[in-house]
Amino acid sequence: MRRRSRFLLTVLSFGYAFLYIPLISVVFYSFNKSSLATVWGGFSMRWYGELFRNEQVLEALGLSLQIAATSATFATILGTMAGLALVRFGRFRGRTLFSGMIVSPLVMPEVITGLSLLLLFVSLQQLIGWPGQRGFSTITIAHTTFAMAYVAVVVQSRLTAMDESLEEAAMDLGCKPMRVVFDITLPLIFPAMISGWLLAFTLSLDDLVIASFVSGPGATTLPMYIFSKVKLGVTPDINALASLIILIVSVGLLLSWAAIRKRRP
Amino acid sequence: MAGTKHTDQGWRRFAVAVPYVWLLVFFLLPFVIILKISLADPVIAQPPFTPLLDDQGNLSVSLDGFKFLLTDKLYAITYFKSVMLAASATMLCLLLGFPMAYGIARSDPMTRSILLLLIVLPFWISFLLRVYAWMGLLNNYGVINNMLMWFGAIDQPIQFMYTDFAMLIGMTYSYLPFMVLPLYATLERMDLDLVDAAQDLGATRTGAFWDITWPLAKPGVIAGCLLVFIPAMGEYVIPYLLGGGESLLIGRVLFDEFFVNRDWPLASSVAIVLLLILVVPIMLLQRYQARDAEDA
Repeated sequence: MRRRSRFLLTVLSFGYAFLYIPLISVVFYSFNKSSLATVWGGFSMRWYGELFRNEQVLEALGLSLQIAATSATFATILGTMAGLALVRFGRFRGRTLFSGMIVSPLVMPEVITGLSLLLLFVSLQQLIGWPGQRGFSTITIAHTTFAMAYVAVVVQSRLTAMDESLEEAAMDLGCKPMRVVFDITLPLIFPAMISGWLLAFTLSLDDLVIASFVSGPGATTLPMYIFSKVKLGVTPDINALASLIILIVSVGLLLSWAAIRKRRP
Repeated sequence: MAGTKHTDQGWRRFAVAVPYVWLLVFFLLPFVIILKISLADPVIAQPPFTPLLDDQGNLSVSLDGFKFLLTDKLYAITYFKSVMLAASATMLCLLLGFPMAYGIARSDPMTRSILLLLIVLPFWISFLLRVYAWMGLLNNYGVINNMLMWFGAIDQPIQFMYTDFAMLIGMTYSYLPFMVLPLYATLERMDLDLVDAAQDLGATRTGAFWDITWPLAKPGVIAGCLLVFIPAMGEYVIPYLLGGGESLLIGRVLFDEFFVNRDWPLASSVAIVLLLILVVPIMLLQRYQARDAEDA
């Protein structure tokens, strides 16, 4: 640090306090014995216990994890194809529209994406009778669509940064272009695909708005369940759930951070 | 050899066609449908809108939804308020995020890496839960009011919840990382010697900031502001949880118009007008991101 003025230190402390005090207060109150969420009634793990006995939470979590894993996998396949097409295939007909459509879901407000997809599903149902019921399949399609944009961007930037000489060498030695992709390009961009998958998985787990639009009566994801409860106010079991999520995310991120630092000292 | 060539061409075509068709069906087509429904009239039926072509095959287009939006005062106020609130949150994020990004970029590598991790961490924790966390703080019997009363600063709890102030805080809080990260990216690339040189040559600190740092940081400022403003404009969770009944923002109005009033054409018109307001910011952001991808 060259000159860390007192001003910068103050702003940094304030900024980080602003970011973390709400999270810390949620964790703190999750150990509250009292069922009044904001009155301190002594330490207790009671709400964690109730959380694990709450079947609605477990069911919603199960659905969310299934949707997240499925849509992240589809998004990674489609996004990788799109990234390859944009960086390695040169010009092809309709490329401008394609690259426009790839990045647009990144910047589209969620309410618009959600409404437009719901109207599509309703229209399709009238025309061809599919989807008969909205739920797992419609949420998975919606999440795949916006998450593939993120994967495509991650894969694209990895491909642009990557040296093409290995692929060219293989090509010169008589390797067929399709095998070059599977034997050389894909293994090289595999880390980017993994981080794309993780990003897609997290985005899917996190999404409330789009899922609320395209879901049907039978399917409630975890964010939808949480939202239906917190609409009515602060509740201690949601504090416990939030604390668990904060814990899992923090540990996961810290581990990956440490792993990256170890590799690149 | 001709056969090989053929399969390779086929593979390429396949790799382009699959995501292409997916996006055409699940991204572009939905917008065409929104546009179509926004031009219909609401009816009590399933689905609750008139078809574009009536029984005789005549085109029936109704601009009533858009007319209503333009003439109804409530909608004008809602759009205006959404723009103002999103713009205010963007300003607050910039005021707080710029010095934070600057401070991070000026730290030594180890501290920098930890500080960045701490910026990214909230982003991976559910958005909904981060907004929820503020409900516990801003409540009439929440942490902030309890503290203030305990210190004796106030006798009665202050009504924070269900106000515009609460929504502003919620938006600033939720979108601050979106501001800090692009700002950090440009500030980190900046050559610090330029600032030193300017100061050696007699520039004041503020002078050096406005003449050197600010112009160089501009791409990051623009990207950060757009990344905050665009999602804040369509925000649904924050007005619902922190905003209360009267403080309507356009994202929430759209949702209610669709699900509560079941007026699909009007909800579609609301979405189209929102999109029109955001077209310029969205195009700007896409252009910036394309340029940034080339630089990197």
